[in-house]
Amino acid sequence: MKIIETDVAIIGAGGAGLRAAISVAESDPQLKVALISKVYPMRSHTVAAEGGAAGVIKDEDSFENHFHDTVAGGDWLSDQDAVELFIHEAPRELTLMEHWGCPWSRKPDGRVAVRPFGGMKIERTWYAADKTGFHLLHTLFQTSLKFPSIKRYDEYFSTDIVVVDGKCCGFTAIEMRSGEVTYFKAKSVIIATGGAGRVFPFTTNGAIKTGDGMAMAYRAGVALKDMEFVQYHPTGLPGTGILITEGSRGEGGLLVNKDGYRYLQDYNLGPPDPWPRKKAMELGPRDRLSQAFWHEQQKGRTIKTADGDVVHLDLRHLGEAKIDERLPMVRELAKSYVGVDPVYDPIPVRPVIHYTMGGIDTNIDAATNIPGLYAAGECSCVSINGANRLGSNSLTELLVFGARAGSGAAEFAKARQGAINESAAKQEAEKTEKRLAALFAKEKATESIPGLRKEMNDTMESGAGIYRTEDSLQATCTKMSEIRKRSANIGLQDKSKVFNTDMAEALELDAMIDVACAMANSALQRKESRGSHQRLDFEARDDKKYLKHSLAHYSPDGNPKVDYRDVTITSSQPAERVYGGAQE
Amino acid sequence: MSRDTVQLEILRYDPEKDSEPYFSTYEVPFNDDWVVLDAINYVKENLDRTLTYRWSCHMAVCGSCGMVINGEPVLSCHTFMRDYGDKIRIEPLQNFPVERDLVVVIDDFVEKLGSVKPYIVPKVEKTVDEGEYIQSPAQLAVFKQYTACINCLLCYSACPQVGLNPGFVGPAALALAHRYNLDSRDVGRAAREDVVASNPGIWECSFVGACSEVCPKSVDPAAAIQQTKIASTVDYFTDFLTPWRKQ
Ligand SMILES: Cc1cc2nc3c(=O)[nH]c(=O)nc-3n(C[C@H](O)[C@H](O)[C@H](O)COP(=O)(O)OP(=O)(O)OC[C@H]3O[C@@H](n4cnc5c(N)ncnc54)[C@H](O)[C@@H]3O)c2cc1C
Ligand code: SF4
Repeated sequence: MKIIETDVAIIGAGGAGLRAAISVAESDPQLKVALISKVYPMRSHTVAAEGGAAGVIKDEDSFENHFHDTVAGGDWLSDQDAVELFIHEAPRELTLMEHWGCPWSRKPDGRVAVRPFGGMKIERTWYAADKTGFHLLHTLFQTSLKFPSIKRYDEYFSTDIVVVDGKCCGFTAIEMRSGEVTYFKAKSVIIATGGAGRVFPFTTNGAIKTGDGMAMAYRAGVALKDMEFVQYHPTGLPGTGILITEGSRGEGGLLVNKDGYRYLQDYNLGPPDPWPRKKAMELGPRDRLSQAFWHEQQKGRTIKTADGDVVHLDLRHLGEAKIDERLPMVRELAKSYVGVDPVYDPIPVRPVIHYTMGGIDTNIDAATNIPGLYAAGECSCVSINGANRLGSNSLTELLVFGARAGSGAAEFAKARQGAINESAAKQEAEKTEKRLAALFAKEKATESIPGLRKEMNDTMESGAGIYRTEDSLQATCTKMSEIRKRSANIGLQDKSKVFNTDMAEALELDAMIDVACAMANSALQRKESRGSHQRLDFEARDDKKYLKHSLAHYSPDGNPKVDYRDVTITSSQPAERVYGGAQE
Repeated sequence: MSRDTVQLEILRYDPEKDSEPYFSTYEVPFNDDWVVLDAINYVKENLDRTLTYRWSCHMAVCGSCGMVINGEPVLSCHTFMRDYGDKIRIEPLQNFPVERDLVVVIDDFVEKLGSVKPYIVPKVEKTVDEGEYIQSPAQLAVFKQYTACINCLLCYSACPQVGLNPGFVGPAALALAHRYNLDSRDVGRAAREDVVASNPGIWECSFVGACSEVCPKSVDPAAAIQQTKIASTVDYFTDFLTPWRKQ
């Protein structure tokens, strides 16, 4: 087995991974950084983010406002010490991105412009037209090229964390070009592998968002935290699930049902006028908007299409000039993928799986319970997002906690005492090789990868979607543990060593099954409704029992044990979440 | 004629077992809403697990799924089945070695991208506490178009110079260098010039504009190259006529 030795190794070269790598390189240029990614960095899904990144910048805004919006938006499940740190670091990180060349949109005076976003009281979302994630990712990638200590391993597919004597000693990865298993021997490791939207059938998430890193940490003994909280975005294109950014509502877009009626006013988000107005109507939080769609559908007030029911997002009143300046990508996407030019016609949209609030359990320093192992970005749960992430907080989160994971991992690598027991570590790493060899050698596969993946997708949607019940969740948990068992019978039809995507899909499915089991079981056991987790059989929030993070602990049979940890509260006691007229 | 199915002819090559590339033909359902990538995914899910290609975002922004379809370099997630006839021929991007099937080796491009120093070299170092650099919307507009490149490499596939002259930095990397040169926050042009002006290929670029024609993001790398040439020529004559300025 090939061994690559480094000081800090980072799995994932999206926004979080790249920011972490730069942070290590800046903190000590002597430290060797290995940056591993299953795709070239600029293909990472951060590239798809459109709307923007939140950070207080306006004089009339304040840290308290951003703190309160985030905590209330998260239905009081966020750890408030983490949120405090986050909101203070946010404008600094966004300014740093400006220094590194990010083409932020500007005001006439040359200062950075901000736009309103859902659930935010005052405009604080920095944006680069409607391609913010794209620009952040490319800016970070290009800036990372400045640092000779960062060595990239592009198209390496990571599979297992190597733990010896309770400490992280690196991980294994398969070089896609050769099929060779490599052991990355590292003093500290950061997982930055992004979200897991592909567990569901209809998602804004790219094909690569399969929760690999979550599953790696989980199997290595780190709990997955708050996995029942999965965000639906209210405005995806039917069929493809392509996202129409919340920025379009920030600019004044309207949501109407089949009668042309702004239905959100029926769900405690009105009154509709004056418009636009913050934290009301179309600028309410995502969980509420997606849930309102569900109710409209029950009432038969949505519009039927071949790709499922939709409502209309109307931008026409903004006019061509504003749409082209602020929302060029929205126009282009709508024209290409649903044949609608938003200048002349409303865009059909429906809720779509978008973001995993839960993830690898870390503390405020991005460290896990395994010494030497860190996590940042969407794969992690710090947690600032609680039960419902506010749009535009996560791009900022990548930067703030990516940087923090980087400096933490750098310190750990420097302070680490004693050499890694290489023979023990190699033995661990060889398990990956054996697992892979067995997968390649299997002759009689009775399960197909696409078939099992579809069964997983279907049961997650039917049982663990926008609204959930005991029965639906129980059925999904049972189905998922059956799928876990049946996955042992997967085999490969492609036996080549070179760029074997049949193998990659098998490994991704394996990871998704673990993640799905954690989601479904955590959801089954949370008998309340909070943020994105809505139960028809327990409609109220229950702070007595569930003002707590869930922690799912890995079990090979797909039935994780779930226990709980108190939420950290500093200054904001749980209260009712109010949007629309009620807040004013 | 109503179409039920379409034939995909896809170039196949696995270096482990094939001495030569060849075409495989697959019959897939015709679907009015499908992009060509959907049809390829259909093959992978239902007909042939060994078919190998890159893709991720399915929204024309990650730049992974560039292919040559009926002779044209395009993004397969942004090219609709309905715009083709009953046969669609799919090949890997040109001017790159084939790694397997539709996957090409792009190491050389990634290397070149780094060689143009694609990062801000600031005029004055500012600390974060001093806030952002001021940049007017007009100053942003000067380079904005050149920031839109998704590194999809369609322009490398289309460019005759890239084919003839392997040392050529190529359209996207030159557009990126130009992007930083034009940024009001940057003073790195001299450092980039070493790579750009001395590069074999840039002076041979005949401005046929194939790169700009195939670019899915309207980056217009041909314009960037043209402007770079003019600027470099001016530099050359300024250095020649006023050598003291170099110091
Ligand atoms: C369409 C869309 C729009 C969005 N818009 C916004 C927005 O406007 N504002 C906002 O704040 N947030 C937005 N988000 C959310 C935000 O973009 C994501 O949460 C964030 O970009 C995730 O970044 P990341 O660095 O954690 O992961 P990613 O960018 O997904 O990167 C993951 C990295 O891990 C690597 N990786 C994964 N598995 C492996 C493996 N097994 N081996 C090796 N490498 C691996 C991948 O190659 C990749 O490099 C949006 C999300 C989507 C999907
Ligand atoms: S310049 Fe255009 S064609 Fe070339 S890589 Fe960039 S986006 Fe693709």
